[in-house]
Amino acid sequence: MVSTETAAAPGTAAATGPPPRATGRRRPPGEWLWGYLMIAPMAFGLVVFFLWPIVQTLYLSFTESGVFGGSTWVGLANFAGLAGDEKMLGALGNTGLYAALVLAGVPLAIVVAALLNVRWLRGLGFYRTLYFLPVVTMPAAVGLTWRYLFNGDFGLINHLLGELGIDGPYWVGDPDTAVYAVAIVGVWTSLGYNAVLFLAGLQGIPRHYYEAAEIDGAGRLRQFFSITLPLLTPTTFFVTVITVINALQVFDLVYLMVEPESPALAGSRTIVYLFYEQGFVQHSRGYAAAIAVVLLGLILVLTAVQFRLQKRWVHYG
Amino acid sequence: MRLRLPVAGLVGLSLAVAACGGGASTGSSSGEVTITFAIWEKNDQAGSTNLINAFQKANPGIKVKLEITPWDQYWTKLQTAATGGAAPDVFWMNSLNMKLYAKGGIIKPLDEKPVEGLPASVVDSYRYEGKLYGVPFSVGFPVLWYNKKLFDAAGVAHPNVDWTWDDVKAAAKKLTKPEDRQYGIMAPMWDQVGFYNTIYQAGGHVISEDGKKSGFAEPGSIQGLEFWTGLIRDKVAPPAEVYADTDGIQLFQSGKYAMQYGGMWFAPIYAGNTDIKDAVDAAPLPKGPAKGGVIMLGMSTAVSAKGRHQAEAEKFSSFLASPEAQKIMSSTPGSSLSLREGTQDAWFKNYPYRLKEAYDASIPHGVPYPVSVNTAKWQDAQKTLLTEAWAGKRPVAEVARDLAAQMDEILAKE
Repeated sequence: MVSTETAAAPGTAAATGPPPRATGRRRPPGEWLWGYLMIAPMAFGLVVFFLWPIVQTLYLSFTESGVFGGSTWVGLANFAGLAGDEKMLGALGNTGLYAALVLAGVPLAIVVAALLNVRWLRGLGFYRTLYFLPVVTMPAAVGLTWRYLFNGDFGLINHLLGELGIDGPYWVGDPDTAVYAVAIVGVWTSLGYNAVLFLAGLQGIPRHYYEAAEIDGAGRLRQFFSITLPLLTPTTFFVTVITVINALQVFDLVYLMVEPESPALAGSRTIVYLFYEQGFVQHSRGYAAAIAVVLLGLILVLTAVQFRLQKRWVHYG
Repeated sequence: MRLRLPVAGLVGLSLAVAACGGGASTGSSSGEVTITFAIWEKNDQAGSTNLINAFQKANPGIKVKLEITPWDQYWTKLQTAATGGAAPDVFWMNSLNMKLYAKGGIIKPLDEKPVEGLPASVVDSYRYEGKLYGVPFSVGFPVLWYNKKLFDAAGVAHPNVDWTWDDVKAAAKKLTKPEDRQYGIMAPMWDQVGFYNTIYQAGGHVISEDGKKSGFAEPGSIQGLEFWTGLIRDKVAPPAEVYADTDGIQLFQSGKYAMQYGGMWFAPIYAGNTDIKDAVDAAPLPKGPAKGGVIMLGMSTAVSAKGRHQAEAEKFSSFLASPEAQKIMSSTPGSSLSLREGTQDAWFKNYPYRLKEAYDASIPHGVPYPVSVNTAKWQDAQKTLLTEAWAGKRPVAEVARDLAAQMDEILAKE
């Protein structure tokens, strides 16, 4: 999975801040030095591996680059080209569909979290580990294993469908089904991570709300919809933001599950996959950089919209 | 998740430090020179090791270090290294990428002496603006693989040198048995071993001789493509998504396919699978309505123009085309087929198939693999558009015209 740096989950932060500090002037100067020294490795990594590439990408997106370095300024030509590029439009559609499908899998994580929250269940730790395993498994292993499962002729999934009398499709070979196959794996891999977040959210809901509701005569179902769901909204918000950002950046699963020569690529090529093709296969780094910039803009806008909309449905305690 | 960043940073740091320590080529104090040699084919590891040993014996002052990078990452890695001025000293080069690297000044023009006596059609595909940029050492060509068991069971005569397209189609029809999920032939969207050949066999061409214009819209080219889409339409070959799901080489080993247009280099794979080793054989590609046509693709070694030991590197590159080295290559099991005449027998003897016969029948009809400077660029358009024809969504003629127009546009920018 593409890793994304984000702030800690709202609602999970400590309720009380540290006591006010003494002003810096009273500290011995050596302490400042140590402070900077401590953050230096992190800061160095950030600047070298994140900030500088972002600046470079921005610059590259306005150039046409030579195959072996060197570039010429072309202004907005790359972006103009993108606007009329059928592949880019296709990639936007595929990525959008993938994001929607993965988002649709979020409720599943709530269900799993609720099940993992049952205190009397034996071997709870085991189940929690089990659900979290896909998150820490190498995407390469995940992609390849699922590819075998999805195989049209010899795959387990079609075999099981065949037992039910259904003639399964060539999941990853057919442009109409490939994105669904990839999204199923996407949901599967993120399920554990999301479930752990929801679990934390569930355990953060004070028990006395439920006790009060019970006294007022609310049933289990009513409790779930009137207490659990509303109080879980901060976590839900966090999870959807993360899910959308990760979904827009999906690359590895498509790269591993769909062959580069496959006709299914037309239906499963994502924005980052197109970026890879342009930048690394066809040697058009300027154009690829423009794709990356568009993606950055898209993520910024979608995340900003989500933050605006949260006021309408997120309840903080 | 928050932990990842500093870890990534530290790993990056240590990598950077390590990278500063080792260069592409290093010379030790004793005057001994080490050059790096990059290849992509794991099957050639044993052969290359034998070649390096022979070379080091004859040239005591030079050490060669072998680097194998799988095909999927080879070109990305090479391009990145070349951009940073750290390409290997000697590396495998195909004709598809040669012009790009020659034009970019990454590889140096080479001496003509070592290629004397090699087939001109292969040597010429490594010339750019009149100069030689790669020393060819191996050759690859497509053959018609067929499953003898299925042919015998259906009572169909085995393919032979005189076969034409019509024979293929007729046999494919007789060998298709839907009730057993058995198909007469495979029709994957393969260019080098597939539709490029049939395009030439029908009198068409992929790219004009001067490399400036696409030939996809020519009537012969369209006919060459329709050969494949017709096999799928007639249901004697499975639909396009099947090959996307399972690799063609694996499919053929399932024993459910009677014929396959495939590389002669599939031989070690088929001979290594005891299930089908004795069930299959190879024949020359059948002739088309216009003529015979077989894509002959030679592999070469190129020498970095930025390396520190170019003289030694060129010496090694030349050595690989020498009769002595060519013999070592062909006689090491699993290796590529050597190019020089008189050195190939051992390779053919390694496999129980009629490949020598196919080679002799193919040589007179040899066609170089079609390339321009940025071949990958129009091949991408080719892949995208032809997919629609293979899936049966649009007629071949219409797709071919679109493809020719797009390809011309790309070629005009080269």
